Amino acid sequence: MLAALEGAVTAAVLALTAIGLSLVFGVMRVVNVAHGEFYMLGAVIAWSVATSLGGHPAIGFAAALVIAPVVVGLLAAAADMTILKRINYDPERTIVATIGLLYIIQQVTLMTYGPEARPVEPPFNHRLALPWVEWGEQGLALYWPWGLSTTSYKLAVIGAAIVVLLGVWVMMTRTKIGLIMRATQLDRDMAQAFGIPVERVYAIVFGIGAGLAALGAVLIVPIQQAYYLMGADPLLLSFIVVIIGGLGSLPGTVLAALLIGMSDGIISVFFSPTLAKILATLLVALVLVFRPQGLFGTRAA
Amino acid sequence: MSRAVALHLGLIAALFAAQFVLPTYHQGNVARIMVLATYAIGYNVLFGYTGLLSLGHAMFFAAGLYGLALPIQHLGWGAGPALLSGVAAGALLALVVGLLALRTIGVAFMIVTLMFSQAFYLSVLLAGTWTRGDEGFVIPAAKQVLFGIDLATPTTRYFAALALFSLALLATLALVRHPFGKTLIAIRENEERARMLGYDTFRHKLGAVVISGAISAGAGAGFALLFGYAGATFASVQYSIFPLLWVLLGGAGTVIGPLIGTLFIFYLIDYASGLTDAYMAVVGVVLVALTLFAPQGIAGELRRRVWKGLP
Repeated sequence: MLAALEGAVTAAVLALTAIGLSLVFGVMRVVNVAHGEFYMLGAVIAWSVATSLGGHPAIGFAAALVIAPVVVGLLAAAADMTILKRINYDPERTIVATIGLLYIIQQVTLMTYGPEARPVEPPFNHRLALPWVEWGEQGLALYWPWGLSTTSYKLAVIGAAIVVLLGVWVMMTRTKIGLIMRATQLDRDMAQAFGIPVERVYAIVFGIGAGLAALGAVLIVPIQQAYYLMGADPLLLSFIVVIIGGLGSLPGTVLAALLIGMSDGIISVFFSPTLAKILATLLVALVLVFRPQGLFGTRAA
Repeated sequence: MSRAVALHLGLIAALFAAQFVLPTYHQGNVARIMVLATYAIGYNVLFGYTGLLSLGHAMFFAAGLYGLALPIQHLGWGAGPALLSGVAAGALLALVVGLLALRTIGVAFMIVTLMFSQAFYLSVLLAGTWTRGDEGFVIPAAKQVLFGIDLATPTTRYFAALALFSLALLATLALVRHPFGKTLIAIRENEERARMLGYDTFRHKLGAVVISGAISAGAGAGFALLFGYAGATFASVQYSIFPLLWVLLGGAGTVIGPLIGTLFIFYLIDYASGLTDAYMAVVGVVLVALTLFAPQGIAGELRRRVWKGLP
């Protein structure tokens, strides 16, 4: 039960990170290997905003929640315009270039922010005891056992992630910018012929994708800590999620994030985390080999 | 003897002569570079000549490393059979990975190889009782003896590294002049057309993966034997990125490119790590700059501008 709740928090943040990667792949058909570093950057910026503002932790956190994704998004859009545009979004060269970007971001953070892991205080943090149902002497009884508790903040993370995901969904299906993105995704040349500024759309999508990763990181940073190597695990997990969910399919991505996030929490209770990771990576590789459209996808990627 | 053969024999002769002029510090470095360049040569067979970009070659390098080090450490084998088991481990792993991964193409191939390599790295950590994980273990100097020659002295180590490198260099030169190698290049240029001409492209690509894996494993085994150390770092993602970087910089699809690239990057990192802890930033900048400005690499530019026949 507790493992499932921890899993839900992981799944919520994972869904945000993965949906960013999925969006970029879906619209631009490129894989952004530096995605995990944008996540890390979000956490680090959250830390610096929160500490420089001072005052009540909630103020710093709220500021970080806005500033970090915007800054990261702008950085990513700039990287897109200076690097990816110039190599014409060639899929293989993009991967090589984003690997380069990964090292640059990671190492520059090491130089400026340093190798320490630093915490950010959560804006609110009440301990909530959870009820548990058990068959007692007087039939079903509800009671509050020791140790079974969560914090209000963790529940808020789950709530916030749901709101943002709904927002992304509404943006893609109900707004003009979403329509333009989907048009670009379906046929880049045709979209361009209809006067859609494809290159600007790409920069925006790349920025939003990185911003979502940063947002996920800001939400998680009061629970974990900001650290310059923290981008590796989310990158790997996002890859897994996006591939299992079907490359470029947004609902599939969310569903897969739930599956992986929950199972990661639950599996690691039974197995050692290393073994759980090995199984997960092998599973993904085999999914890509035998079902390239993903478990929930219908269209070939 | 054609110009191409003369060029490569000349390169080997120059490296042989260098041993007598280089100061001890650089002599050790160049020995290391030659072993790593062998790894790059293995990578180049797949990436440069067949056009398949793998992000997981560290698993082949590490398979060679552990294929040699584990039998020596735990079964008391001599260096000779252990060297063979190292190469065999890499070739076998390459066969299995190739059979699975070659069902995918392009970006999916890159991710599948990355995932397999990551699973291999985690398995090395999981088997920490034998591999000692990140910490690794040292191969005793008494075991670094091949055909009665002690490989732990600077001079013998240099010549052993040169022998390994020359073997790989001449093997690739022979490969790309052989019909099999020419078919690989045809697949790189246009796989559809090669298939239409009647070539079994899957088997050719599988052959390329196995050759590439075996050479990479040979480099890994040589590295463990000559420098007497095996650790999980060599299986990490970083060691899958390095050969890509070396080959890209030196020139993909050229026989001498891997050595040029390894030489440059090795000394660049050596220099940068004296200045800052964040020396991997250099790797990032070089990667981005290469994709932007010189996708052909150094030897590729030479081929374009100076000598079109450079193999």
